[in-house]
Amino acid sequence: MCRSLLTLLFCLWAWCAQAAPPSVLEPALLRQLAAGDSEARIGAIQQLAGSRDPARVGEAAQLLQALEEGSLFAAGERLFLMGESDYRELATGATLAELPEGADGVMVNNRIRGVLANARAALALADPDAAVRRAAARELQTNAAYELEPVLAAALAGEQVEDIRALLVLAHAQANLGNPDAAARLAAVRALEASASPNTRSLLLPLTDPALEADARVREQAARSLKAIESSLALGETLGSVFTGLSLGSILLLAALGLAITYGVMGVINMAHGELLMVGAYSAYLMQSLFRSQFPALEDWYLLAAVPVAFFTAAAVGMLMERTVIRWLYGRTLETLLATWGLSLILIQAARVVFGAQNVEVANPAWMSGGITLLPNLILPWNRVIIIGFALFVLFLVWVLMNRTRLGMFVRAVTQNRAMAGCVGVPTTRIDTLAFGLGAGIAGLGGVALSQIANVGPDMGQGYIVDSFMVVVLGGVGQLAGAVWAALGLGVVTKFLEGWAGAVIAKIAVLVFIIIFIQKRPQGIFALKGRFADQ
Amino acid sequence: MSSATLSAPAPAGRVPVTLRLASCLERKAWISLGVFLALSLVAVPVLHLLVPPESAFHVSAYAITLIGKIMCYALVAVAMDLIWGYGGILSLGHGLFFALGGYAFGMYLMRGIGRDGSYGSDLPDFMVFLDWKELPWFWLGTDSFGWVALLVLAVPALVAFVFGYFAFRSRIKGVYFSIITQALTYAAMLLFFRNETGFGGNNGFTDFKRILGYDITAPATRVVLFGLTALVLAATLVGSAWLVKSKFGRVLAAIRDAESRVMFIGYNPLGYKLAIWVLSAVLCGIAGALYVPQVGIINPGEMSPANSIEIAIWVAVGGRASLIGPVIGAFTVNLAKSWFTVSFPEYWLFFLGLLFIVVTLYLPQGLVGLWKQLLARKGGTA
Repeated sequence: MCRSLLTLLFCLWAWCAQAAPPSVLEPALLRQLAAGDSEARIGAIQQLAGSRDPARVGEAAQLLQALEEGSLFAAGERLFLMGESDYRELATGATLAELPEGADGVMVNNRIRGVLANARAALALADPDAAVRRAAARELQTNAAYELEPVLAAALAGEQVEDIRALLVLAHAQANLGNPDAAARLAAVRALEASASPNTRSLLLPLTDPALEADARVREQAARSLKAIESSLALGETLGSVFTGLSLGSILLLAALGLAITYGVMGVINMAHGELLMVGAYSAYLMQSLFRSQFPALEDWYLLAAVPVAFFTAAAVGMLMERTVIRWLYGRTLETLLATWGLSLILIQAARVVFGAQNVEVANPAWMSGGITLLPNLILPWNRVIIIGFALFVLFLVWVLMNRTRLGMFVRAVTQNRAMAGCVGVPTTRIDTLAFGLGAGIAGLGGVALSQIANVGPDMGQGYIVDSFMVVVLGGVGQLAGAVWAALGLGVVTKFLEGWAGAVIAKIAVLVFIIIFIQKRPQGIFALKGRFADQ
Repeated sequence: MSSATLSAPAPAGRVPVTLRLASCLERKAWISLGVFLALSLVAVPVLHLLVPPESAFHVSAYAITLIGKIMCYALVAVAMDLIWGYGGILSLGHGLFFALGGYAFGMYLMRGIGRDGSYGSDLPDFMVFLDWKELPWFWLGTDSFGWVALLVLAVPALVAFVFGYFAFRSRIKGVYFSIITQALTYAAMLLFFRNETGFGGNNGFTDFKRILGYDITAPATRVVLFGLTALVLAATLVGSAWLVKSKFGRVLAAIRDAESRVMFIGYNPLGYKLAIWVLSAVLCGIAGALYVPQVGIINPGEMSPANSIEIAIWVAVGGRASLIGPVIGAFTVNLAKSWFTVSFPEYWLFFLGLLFIVVTLYLPQGLVGLWKQLLARKGGTA
């Protein structure tokens, strides 16, 4: 506090005197930075990064920041720092209004930029604020050069906070990989075993090569460490595939749940089901626009409002479709297929006319960005985690609705035996409409979820109709459990195949698999048993 | 079964083939077929080649390409009608067979470019672009017209046979079958979109130069292709008319209407369904092969599920289970399409969507059914 006040006074004085004191940094270092080639500049930056003296640290940090921002200029061997409206010559402290003739910005190429980021991080390790030190230590996890080793060692010695220490140990070990002393290298390789990041793998790989690493013990240890890292990386990759698969599966589940209900009840395939997803996604877009213009303060929460709006909008569209078209085609399933395809074309074109043919932008709310880091190469993005949770929540609601309410009982009754249900007084036509509305509403919810991870455009639903029907086929008609297993299974299998053979081949493989599967079990995984099975 | 068929004279084996063929169409139908052939084989070539472009009677190259294209579509529609109208099986994957035929013939046309491509190489341009050094194995022999003509028939037939055998054997039918055929064409589309598949990826085949040594854009070549398409269409119509009136056609219709009963009587539906399914696919392949040289391009978009489902609407608009219906439907819808997409592009999908709904709701027999109804009403009042 006292020091900063002093600095302020000092600056004030300096401003009055129109001249700052000369830099505490060595003139030779400044010359090297001003006039040297990339190699010399990197050397200078690394020397600056090694500063421990507080006065030097401040000045070095300022200089490196200026270098990164492009506000450092060189004329011959003289170095100038751009201020608000003037330029300060670092070596002398003199202030100039104009740069001298021939002055140019100090060039920063990609190599220098990489060194620069680590150098600045190394300087920040001396910061009293733990959060700044933590960020700096994270930055140093990649490409810490051997030149930074003394700084890192000193920082490690002085560090009290446990998790920063752990990060610094890894950074220090990385820097030590370049140590000419084989024992230090050996220790470093051993320490790096604990870090399971793809970066460490690529750092350790050269150390197993006899041409690049002379010491046999280091090579042996590097191979051992690599093995440990690789198995941990493989674990991360596998878990990552499972997770993205579950995330895809949860979207498929939301799309297929609605389809399973409408197909189960009416025995028709609603080819416009994908467009109901689109209706839901556009509802999310409209709510976002509404919140932006009306309640900017609450913008982050538009998604919560979008959920019921999407449900009811899609349900209304679905009920309208049922009342005007599908009902009149009862019993003519193939014609219904064509008629609903016509409906989907109309909905797509309507979306194009109203919202334009381009995709619209639906932003993730702030609380859905970021993710949970489980392993260095396994980050679970919040939006996907939330979508999985949302799908489970919807699934739970549907389960309650189907199994614990009167409406659900009626829907199940109509699914199993329409004529009999009608005989005992179930209003089958009303149930048809309501069930269709329910299925459409769930599709709308799926659309909201989809708007968070995929493009929102008029054609977005087209790609999902085949997939979601596959889920229904695989799971068996009228079976919630079947739909769940089929959706999650398809999602995970697709993602694994994608990792192994690419997206297109994965898709084809899954389709072929389903075609073969239906040969064996035309009723799906969870077939209805008893006398309804062969309907 | 009506009493008229019961009292039909002489067993079919005794009647000469010519008579049997003659009896498969009514006199009016033969006359209209003759008029159609006269128009497309004589009138159109004369009006295109001999009448000067300034004349009001000149048929433009655009019109020839358009009508030729629609005749290919009509051929597909007839093929679709055989399987849907007479077999009761709605395929949403017929675009696949059409495209397979088109691609097979496209391979021949690509080889026909020779060294006239933009890279001046023996290989097709897209292979040079992908830095391939030699033709993949499935391109071998594609410079021979005979081999490619065989491919045009065999590839769709083989795909249809394998798929149909497994599907019909496990008695997949109704919407299940429709959706699986849709998935099939969708998967194929994804496959053909990949560059590595070896069929030109996104762009497919285009920039053809020659067919059997003749310039493919020359008016005479166009006219020949046009006439050939008309001939094939006419032959298909006659052949189909004979087929659906034969015993095979009767059994097929019976399977459509009550499959279990047919099985109880002692027929195995598998062979019948498979035969009509493969035949339908082969017809589509031929249509594709005729389509590609006239339109000058084939790409994976032809396999998109939307295209295949449009084929169904041609048939539905014209009228299922009548052979002239699909032809009328293909012409009506496609003429409407080319008019809409020029005049009101943004309303075409609305129109098409409404067409799907209106036809299924109000015109289950299509335009042919409507015409018959009108005739019946007129006859009733008279």
